[in-house]
Amino acid sequence: MAHIESDPRYRFETFVVGTTNRLAVAASRAVAQAPGSSYNPLFVYGASGLGKTHLLVAIGQLALKLHPGLRVRYVPLDEWVDELHAAVAAARMDAFKARYHEVDMLILDDVQFLAGRRETQSEMLRLFNFLHRGGCQIILASDRAPTEIADLDQRLLTRLSGGLIVDLDMPDYETRVAILQRKCEERDTRFETGVIEAVAKLGHGNVRELQGALTRLVAFQRLGEITVTSQNVRDLLGTEAGAEVLAPATSNEFGNFLSEISVAVAQHIESWRARLGEAVAMWNERGYRTASLERALSGQDVPDVDALLQSYAASVNRLQALERKAAASDPALARSEAFRNPERLAEAEALAAGAPGVRRLPPQPEARFSRDTFETGSSNQFAVKAADAVVREPGKRYNPLYIHGSAGTGKSHLGHGIGSEMLASSGGAHTVAVLGADAFSQELITALQEGAIESWRARYRSLDVLILDDVQNLTGKGGTQEEFFHLFNALFAEGKQIVLMSDRAPRALEGVEERLRSRFEGGLVVEIERPDQSLRERLYARALNALGHEPNVDLVSYLGGRTPATATEISEAAKQLVLHLGDVRELTVAAAQSVLGRPRENAASGPAQRSVTSHVAVIVSEDGSFFLPRDKTIWDWPDVGGRLIEELR
Amino acid sequence: MSLVNYATREITCKIVYYGPGRSGKTTNLHHIYEQVPDNRKGKMVSLATQTDRTLFFDFLPLDLGMISGFTTRLQLYTVPGQVYYQTTRKLVLQGADGLVFVADSQARQLSENIESMQDLHANLAEQGVDVRTLPLVIQYNKRDLPADMTLRVPELEDALNFRGIPSYSADAVHGAGVFETLRGISEIVLRKLSAPAMAGSR
Repeated sequence: MAHIESDPRYRFETFVVGTTNRLAVAASRAVAQAPGSSYNPLFVYGASGLGKTHLLVAIGQLALKLHPGLRVRYVPLDEWVDELHAAVAAARMDAFKARYHEVDMLILDDVQFLAGRRETQSEMLRLFNFLHRGGCQIILASDRAPTEIADLDQRLLTRLSGGLIVDLDMPDYETRVAILQRKCEERDTRFETGVIEAVAKLGHGNVRELQGALTRLVAFQRLGEITVTSQNVRDLLGTEAGAEVLAPATSNEFGNFLSEISVAVAQHIESWRARLGEAVAMWNERGYRTASLERALSGQDVPDVDALLQSYAASVNRLQALERKAAASDPALARSEAFRNPERLAEAEALAAGAPGVRRLPPQPEARFSRDTFETGSSNQFAVKAADAVVREPGKRYNPLYIHGSAGTGKSHLGHGIGSEMLASSGGAHTVAVLGADAFSQELITALQEGAIESWRARYRSLDVLILDDVQNLTGKGGTQEEFFHLFNALFAEGKQIVLMSDRAPRALEGVEERLRSRFEGGLVVEIERPDQSLRERLYARALNALGHEPNVDLVSYLGGRTPATATEISEAAKQLVLHLGDVRELTVAAAQSVLGRPRENAASGPAQRSVTSHVAVIVSEDGSFFLPRDKTIWDWPDVGGRLIEELR
Repeated sequence: MSLVNYATREITCKIVYYGPGRSGKTTNLHHIYEQVPDNRKGKMVSLATQTDRTLFFDFLPLDLGMISGFTTRLQLYTVPGQVYYQTTRKLVLQGADGLVFVADSQARQLSENIESMQDLHANLAEQGVDVRTLPLVIQYNKRDLPADMTLRVPELEDALNFRGIPSYSADAVHGAGVFETLRGISEIVLRKLSAPAMAGSR
């Protein structure tokens, strides 16, 4: 960055333009003059010593001169990689990302070093996506074309190639002479007539070598031992210089020819037709029909090209919005040809607005698990109060809310209950999804198979509330974790509520990436303990009620005393009781003993059994305020601990 | 054939290499063919006798890719130089956007050069094309031959280039001057893009 502003050697004014680099220089100037709007990204490639770095820095300098305040960052790829590694090692990725997210123009040199570095590539892809979305101008340079960079991720390749790719080629004879003359002027050196031409005729194909040769001649001349003449140039410079360029340099005759023809076409074709032609080519490449532009292009009258292109772009914008809308409800619908043809805008409007009967929503909360039917006791009231706070003020209080507890303690019930409450409290305006991590993973796979990943993502990112159950099932699923990580960040940034449920605490989530675990810990982590006696009694009473039996106090007391039992186990036990008692009208303690006394097949399937009394999640003090058990609560929040106790009172 | 088709956004230049037999027209095309990357060139069609002399004609299509939004193609043809293939020459000449007259620099070939140039004028006149409006350049080939065998360029200019059209020295066997010639004729042809009414008139 520092030398962008200061090094006067690297300016457009000091860059000698010849036929082999004219296109690259023109594109570079355009980019510097209007960053982000002409060619983005601009990819410059060419062999070593042809002026790539000169051009990149010149872009930065001119852009800074024309747009003071523009945040320009020039960085060679290996430097960027070093920074990346340092950030990873120091767990300072956020700072690293922030540093690169806050630029208006990113200039990356030597991107050929991306070859074979998969992790670096995926980080680059993320950065690229972020910057490109934000309209940041990206300029890249490499010693080879994007397609020739080994093992380049296909997604990254398409992005690198998505703008304009220009090459710098070996300078031709005339350009070499011009470069040498410029260098002599800079050094205030004069040679005999013919010397410059003789040097240019030697086979130096690369500007750096050419400058090296000149430097040696300058040294010879300054030392005064030898007078440099056109005849002794070759001897003075030794024999390593190539053969005299009499026959055409076989290097890239066709490339030179092509660039010159391009200039000729650009000069001679009517500019409005060229603009329309380029627009047609660009939109076609993006998959849009361009019949209206093509008609104007083949006409004899000069149209108002600006108006035409603006109106076309506006139509495409509208189509894209409609397509997103349609995709959110039905990815299959979004593939309709109508979304690709501005002349079928009306049809597209109808499609997007029309009856998408099979509107695909993410999984919805199940009504049978309502908040009302969730029994609260001292073992779970902390979680319940947190959940209620989340329902009242989604995204504001505890985000994410992470509820963990052993299987059967009612986490899923609570999750669905929160979801239903949120749906109800917003009058159906909120979009809510409740699903397990397995289902999430499966949906991702399906979306990938259907090629509908974008619309699937859009569907989830438009959620107001995401409730993910069985978070521990993310273990070992790298792709799902990555996808969820981005979804999490997107929702979190938008202030959307995230609720997570798991059978273990975040820190015990082995096989889940640290970046996810730390985010889970960043909100409120609460534990649901196994129900205590009074909660068990109420759970039994409710379960038997639901099955049409009215248990007496003794029975409820007996059942509640059976330990241990989770909410799920209690519901199972109630079903067993009713099933085995068959016709018996009155449930008695004795009858219950005879049924439940038998070893139950599924009793052993529960997790390790712990004494309820020894693990009290929340201690209620005499005045009713909460004290949070130190080992289960995140304490080191910024200025939240004190308020938390207040709110839960 | 029109130079540019706005409906399909295509620019197609037909360039014909004309000249006496054995002056090096096919050699020009061979050099171009070898320099062009595979994805840019079509199959070079060459109908030649066993002694490697063009019997009918050569055809080399080149795809220059998208330029200013237009798919740009060059179609390079050679005519058979031998006097007796008059009909084929006329056929190939039809619809040409530009011509390269490949002259043999050898002193003993001067009359063949002149004869061929006259033949060109006659054929164009027959097709109703005014040679003064058709893009034309001259290439003096075989400049690599010893000086005592060849005419100097000014002598050739005097004999062949009385209109003062652009001319290029070349050594097609080694490739020198081949692309310069092609570039020269292409640029003149492409100037017609600025005058679409003329381009569409043929």
